[in-house]
Amino acid sequence: MFPRSIDEVIRALEAHRYIAERGLATAIFLALRLNRPLFLEGEPGVGKTEVAKVLADLLETELIRLQCYEGLDVHSAVYEWDYARQILQIRMLEASGERDEARIRQQIFSPDFLIKRPLLQALEAKNGRPPVLLIDELDRADEEFEAFLLELLSDWQITIPEIGTVRAEQPPVVVITSNRTREIHDALKRRCLYFWIDYPSFEKEIQIVRARIPEAPERLTRQIVAFVQELRRLDLYKLPGVAETLDWTAALLALDRTELDPTVVDETLGVLLKYQDDVLKVRGEIAQDLLAKALLRAEIASGGA
Amino acid sequence: MGGYLLHHIVRFGRTLRAAGVPITPGQIVAFIRALEWLPLEDRALFYHAARCTLVCRREDLETFDRVFEWFWRNPLMGGQLPPGLLSTAPGPIRRQENRPRPAEVGHPPAPEPRSENPEAPPVILADRAMTYSPIEILRRKPFERFSEEEIQRVRRLMARLRWQISERETRRLRPGPRGEHLDLRRTLRRSMRHYGEWVRLLWRTHKRKPRPLVVLCDISGSMERYARMLLHFLHALSHTRRHVETFVFGTRLTRITRCLRHRDLDEALREVSHTVVDWSGGTRIGECLHVFNRDWGRRVLGRGAVVMIISDGWDRGDVELLRQEMERLQKSCYRLIWLNPLLGIPGYQPLTRGMQAALPYIDDFLPVHNLASLEQLAAHLERLPARRSARRSGLARPVPSGGPE
Repeated sequence: MFPRSIDEVIRALEAHRYIAERGLATAIFLALRLNRPLFLEGEPGVGKTEVAKVLADLLETELIRLQCYEGLDVHSAVYEWDYARQILQIRMLEASGERDEARIRQQIFSPDFLIKRPLLQALEAKNGRPPVLLIDELDRADEEFEAFLLELLSDWQITIPEIGTVRAEQPPVVVITSNRTREIHDALKRRCLYFWIDYPSFEKEIQIVRARIPEAPERLTRQIVAFVQELRRLDLYKLPGVAETLDWTAALLALDRTELDPTVVDETLGVLLKYQDDVLKVRGEIAQDLLAKALLRAEIASGGA
Repeated sequence: MGGYLLHHIVRFGRTLRAAGVPITPGQIVAFIRALEWLPLEDRALFYHAARCTLVCRREDLETFDRVFEWFWRNPLMGGQLPPGLLSTAPGPIRRQENRPRPAEVGHPPAPEPRSENPEAPPVILADRAMTYSPIEILRRKPFERFSEEEIQRVRRLMARLRWQISERETRRLRPGPRGEHLDLRRTLRRSMRHYGEWVRLLWRTHKRKPRPLVVLCDISGSMERYARMLLHFLHALSHTRRHVETFVFGTRLTRITRCLRHRDLDEALREVSHTVVDWSGGTRIGECLHVFNRDWGRRVLGRGAVVMIISDGWDRGDVELLRQEMERLQKSCYRLIWLNPLLGIPGYQPLTRGMQAALPYIDDFLPVHNLASLEQLAAHLERLPARRSARRSGLARPVPSGGPE
């Protein structure tokens, strides 16, 4: 389906168990309408990558993922020749007495011997629908790749010297994510619709846990979310994201817990906090204090509901 | 679309730009195209659409919100932006046109005459006839004893220093005869000349790039007499290569990378003095390093960065915190260098509590008090070892020796 309004986007995302705020839904809607890439930034674990996956489901199309890393080059991002088969082919042609260099060249540098990597695949629509292209953690790639991407995003064509130019009839839906371990150049971001995904509010986060882990008891969910929300106010190296909230909920369910208590919080804090310094800081007194506040808030929230 | 709305949007863009949010015409066009798809009476949607098309940096979101609120309350109200709407993040670099530009033909920028003595003829140091000894004396003279005139001279000597930070192997490959990765693609193409016979194997090797440099400079009261020369130094450093991130700290940490991008030194310094609020106050190194590690560490310390802290080590903050943060900082960078202007004083011993806490985590402890020490630093940066030194957690290592001299 192709959403016709922003409310439709929100409803469709919800149907695919993704709770989005109105701002993000607007950006997604416009990305689809204006054919612009969506550039998502935010702390780790707030659901940036998930947007692309859900979008592919929603549009009923293929998701093509390019995970970025330092040194990512044309051979792993765009295309590569299948050298082993090319060599074999040369030997076979030789055996059959072919000596014409131009003909050999033409044969082995044909599309049959081309290995398509994600960016080239993304130029081809399957059964009439352009795919969703996820360029994940662009900040990990180096500037050379960024420059290449800038070119690709503006023309949607790739030139392969031996074959020619491949052009997308329908440009793919592009989602780019970054964790900001490096500043991405403004020129690239300006071509995109930019959205900063913040940590969700208390109510939104409860909705997210409900959507993702429906079997979690209502009371426990409220307590978990209230605790994580309190935790995010502290001065920590890495604040827990939504991913951590979900992990923690799953962990507590596996432990058959129906509500939070001081012992279980101390024991499972490692699921939420990923730095030893943070765990040491929070464990014990601070955790108890946060828990007391969280339980109170969870109570109030249930009273209001 | 109504002509009025279009007109307002263009003016809105201009207002944003005036508030320090850089916006291109392309972004305005994208916004206008976006509006064609939205019901115009929905103010929230209008806001969200403007936000995702016009802003592309997180730092600007807050300014955007304030300007949006102010502007659309009454778009007909024109004129001056109220104070407080201006972006706190330094905006795009724009040269002030009416300022006289120093002549730059063949020389590093000549100093502009200072207001105290506008008539003084500029000292021409670029003149090759300059004898060796005056420069030599200048090179050895401590920064704090410089006269105004000497500052101007040293400033130009500084701009001429070569800064080549040692390189690191990146993961990117490029053709190279002594590489360790077989370049199948080129080998195969080349073999076509010989009917598919692999006459020669071609190789790829790792591309090399200079390491990023991060400078954290102390500007508290005790550093005041060095501050001016150090800022000149930081400016010169920022204009040698692209990957220099600069921060200053006293009681709080301020990023001045963007301020220093002004080509013109005076322009850059003016911008710095507007941005920094804690000049010549106390020092809380530990707290400042904590903020750096928490907010900036992951963003600027990637790719084998070299970190330089410039400070005399006088610290009035929490020493235990300083120790922890130094340990973390050392673990997250390739090399941690501490430059201490006091190290140039004969007989100086790093005995202050702050310095003592920091020493075990420092890879190089070097002086920074005169031009000669900067040259020494430049030479050192050029020859950083290819492997990083051992990081031992919690174990105090022997105090690294100060530089020669």
